[in-house]
Amino acid sequence: MNKPILKLQNISYSYHSLSGEVPALSNISLYVNQGEFLAVVGPSGCGKSTLLSLIARLLEPESGTISFQNPDGSLNYPGIGYMLQHDHLLEWRTIFRNITLGLEIQHKMTPENLAYAEHLLAEYGLKKFRNKHPGELSGGMRQRAALIRTLVLNPDILLLDEPFSALDYQTRLSVSDDIGNIIRTTGKTAILITHDLSEAISLADRIIVLSDRPAVVIRDLPIRLTNYDHTPLGARSAPEFRYYFNLLWKELSHEK
Amino acid sequence: MKNKKKTDVLSAQELYLKTHRRHHHSITCMRIILLLSFLTVWELCADFHIIDSFFFSSPSMVLSCFVSMLADHSLFLHIGVTLFETIISFLLVILIGILSATLLWCSKGLSEILEPYLVVLNSLPKSALAPLFIVWLGTGTDTIIVAGISVALFGCIISLYTGFHQVDKDKLKLIYTLGGTKKDAFCKVVFPSSIPTILSTMKVNIGLALVGVIIGEFLAARRGLGYLIIYGSQVFQLNLVITSIIILCLIAMGLYQLIQWAEHLYRKKR
Repeated sequence: MNKPILKLQNISYSYHSLSGEVPALSNISLYVNQGEFLAVVGPSGCGKSTLLSLIARLLEPESGTISFQNPDGSLNYPGIGYMLQHDHLLEWRTIFRNITLGLEIQHKMTPENLAYAEHLLAEYGLKKFRNKHPGELSGGMRQRAALIRTLVLNPDILLLDEPFSALDYQTRLSVSDDIGNIIRTTGKTAILITHDLSEAISLADRIIVLSDRPAVVIRDLPIRLTNYDHTPLGARSAPEFRYYFNLLWKELSHEK
Repeated sequence: MKNKKKTDVLSAQELYLKTHRRHHHSITCMRIILLLSFLTVWELCADFHIIDSFFFSSPSMVLSCFVSMLADHSLFLHIGVTLFETIISFLLVILIGILSATLLWCSKGLSEILEPYLVVLNSLPKSALAPLFIVWLGTGTDTIIVAGISVALFGCIISLYTGFHQVDKDKLKLIYTLGGTKKDAFCKVVFPSSIPTILSTMKVNIGLALVGVIIGEFLAARRGLGYLIIYGSQVFQLNLVITSIIILCLIAMGLYQLIQWAEHLYRKKR
């Protein structure tokens, strides 16, 4: 359980443009354990998304190393599932063809995988929307379909890039509850990026606080909430919630 | 109570539909009235010698010209030739346009290199090229099809390429996070989301292909509506010229409607 599946050491990354160099991340070191839910918070525009792009290997770090321990013991990079800020369901595809998009791209349309997709659809209550188009679904259901699209590839690590920020507040609470539960019950390792402190405290096992750009790690804070029922509202009424919230708030305000 | 409310709602909806339909009908009526009154005024002016029907023709003379050409089957030949050339150049424009825009999308370097040339070729008046085509290809169908293509092609490439580029960058990122390649990004996202752009480009280009074909026929043809117009004006048979122009109007409208119908089918399918 407590083996780091992924370790980042002294990672730096800068963006280059004609008007100059913009350092986004400087000397970031962090790890995430197998089955852990890690949240990364920081001021907006501090390079949080860059961090995920580096982990997903969409970008190469300028310096530093990313090492990993694949849970199945092989030397392959762990499977990464990436959930973006918007669901980005393709309007011209049905829900089923949307959730199998990853399988299609990776040429994994095997009967077993397709059956798994059907199973996930049924399990997460989208079965009757199987042949509908995304426009006919509510924001929460769309986000759930986007999660299934990620889960169907059976990733070892889930990267969540503010996946709830485009939803209205009410939907946001229920969807984050929903998706938090799904991730917990499947035992996936997850890294959530957010600027919503309450969301981070209620979902995560551990929170990493990043500074303003160029981002450095300024705090690594394990979260232990007592007597709560694993819902965002329950978490918000746990006795420790306020303490963590104030602590994080201070860290971030110091930065400014 | 609930039932009654439901019928109330329905009747309000019906009322709305009725008003909508009435509005629609009145627009159609006005269009027809406008056309008929134009034709009547034209005919009367010609009959009472307010305008010289030798130069301006008249609806009845156009009609008799049309009927006589129907009788000797020459009309079908000319319409068929123009339609055939237009459709072939249109299809080639769309095909070459999509292929070139795809190539430009795939290679950023290539698109940067070619950009000024595309802009120049697009703004060049293509009729200036027609004499060259005649020298190179002779006076035949080839020349006319090439003229049709030359008018539409460069604008088509530019607007398709722009359309391909306006695709949501995050949707492309989605494909890359799912482990996709650039080819996947094109086939799964760029092309399908550009279909509305392709259809609207087709609407513009069917008209432009017709323009190019008529320019070609003015200069290098023995058949086709463009030839009829030039021939008619040279022998002062203005009935022939005006009849051909009216047929051209109908063809342009028909071709446009055809693509609008395709667009409608596509929308319905989604």
